[in-house]
Amino acid sequence: MIQEKVARKPASSESPMLLSLRNVGKVFSNGVTALSKVDLAIREGDFLSLLGPSGCGKSTALRLIAGLSTPTAGQLDWRGSIDRSNIGFVFQEPTLLPWASVFDNVWLPLRLKGVSRANAEPAVMEMLSRVHLNGFETAVPRELSGGMKMRVSIARAMVTKPRILLMDEPFAALDEITRFKLNNDLLELWQDERFTVVFVTHSVFESVFLSSRVVVMAARPGRVFGELAIDAPYPRDEAFRTSPDYAALCRQASDVLVNAINSTAGSHHDGH
Amino acid sequence: MTVIEDTALKLDPEEARRVRQERLERIGKWVLPLAIMVLAIWLWDRICVWNEIPQYILPRPGVVLQTLHDDAGLLSSSLLVTLRITFLSLLLAVIGGVGLAVLFAQSKWVEMSFFPFAIVLQVTPIVAIFPLINIYINNQTTKLLLCAWIVAFFPILSNTTLGLNSVDRNLRDLFKLNGATRWQQLRYLRLPAAMPYFLGGLKIAGGLSLIGAVVAEFVAGAQGQSSGLASRIIEAGYRLNAPRLFAALILISLTGILIFLVLSLVSHLILRRWHESALKQER
Repeated sequence: MIQEKVARKPASSESPMLLSLRNVGKVFSNGVTALSKVDLAIREGDFLSLLGPSGCGKSTALRLIAGLSTPTAGQLDWRGSIDRSNIGFVFQEPTLLPWASVFDNVWLPLRLKGVSRANAEPAVMEMLSRVHLNGFETAVPRELSGGMKMRVSIARAMVTKPRILLMDEPFAALDEITRFKLNNDLLELWQDERFTVVFVTHSVFESVFLSSRVVVMAARPGRVFGELAIDAPYPRDEAFRTSPDYAALCRQASDVLVNAINSTAGSHHDGH
Repeated sequence: MTVIEDTALKLDPEEARRVRQERLERIGKWVLPLAIMVLAIWLWDRICVWNEIPQYILPRPGVVLQTLHDDAGLLSSSLLVTLRITFLSLLLAVIGGVGLAVLFAQSKWVEMSFFPFAIVLQVTPIVAIFPLINIYINNQTTKLLLCAWIVAFFPILSNTTLGLNSVDRNLRDLFKLNGATRWQQLRYLRLPAAMPYFLGGLKIAGGLSLIGAVVAEFVAGAQGQSSGLASRIIEAGYRLNAPRLFAALILISLTGILIFLVLSLVSHLILRRWHESALKQER
């Protein structure tokens, strides 16, 4: 399936700009500086990973982009008329309504926009088949495995056809086999729909496998430490996972990450 | 292949013992309380006979049963009066409790301002408030309803308030991201999330509304204007009609048990698909 698709080039510098963060800072009310002087350019069609240790502000950056919190310094410039309805968000946990069926969970964003069940049905059913959950419409979340719940969560985020998908360590709690499977499926979805992804992770391997660009962040204060273009062509499949190219890229990314961690004074880090 | 199947089918002794134990517990759960009950009733009967206790002090169980049958007309009409007050006050407690909880959920300020008064209403004994109600309200039914309501609404209010405020933070963010209105957030997120808490409160309130109805009637019954089960008990007490007193008491107990069972069933039916409390444990 994946092999049949036309190879897609990573978003290049010619792709139109979607969002730029300029000199963005965030200080919490308890005085902690979560982000300091962050500059970041996100282009249309990017698969951009924010990679960094705990407490480097990567989740905070994502929440700023989502509009769930406002920066205390600098600004975010969206190109054109993009608003919240163009943003999809996938949380660290599946974050489903436990009392609602799979169908109702995916319908939710449309329902909140006033789309009736009947009118939403084609879009919901299509998204469910895109994440390989056909036949599970009437199941409730507790009847699903962790990986399936995350698929529902992704379907829900994508059902409004957002232009940018924000993902906050979505696969961190899954076992490796499930994670690889979801990685592949996410890439497939991304190549078909051509949306932009900002993906927060602390896994070097995951970020290199998925992304066209990896932005490495450092902690205390949270800041952008370095950036790495992942030039390997798409589609990427299981063969890429075991290729020398992949190993070399992981090595590179890992080096940057180690430097980022060492750049933090007293480099011991705990949860945020 | 066959070897694997054979071993898979046979339970090891420890597992077999556990299964047996579980089966016994399941039977015991019903049989033991019933056996104790039968034993207690038998003992009651024997004590009456052995000690030759007169009927107006402690009637034999058979006499009580006979009274339940003979006075069925009188007792059932009284039961209906008590039931009416109980269910009306429970209904009002649900409307009032949930309504106030939703109001409180709209703003921290509203909750901070009014919640203390709800507590005051709850902790002041209803028996002490009743004389005031008696002065200000003439209608007998209204009096009783108000009493029972004061007793029953608090668990619903307090539980529902807790539930409405216990929504997962990420789910709130999700609704915010999708531009949900206040009403949508309440309708699709907070009310369903509060459901298990509300149902917990409802179970308590069901019992309390019966207690409220009976207590209110006791206090009001002193004026001899009412006709519920509580007045039957007072009346029977004056006339040394112990069998009828016991019969009325048993009816009140049975009503309480029935209310609890019905509300438990309702709760189970609503929550069975998704909430931890209603799920069978799988080992």
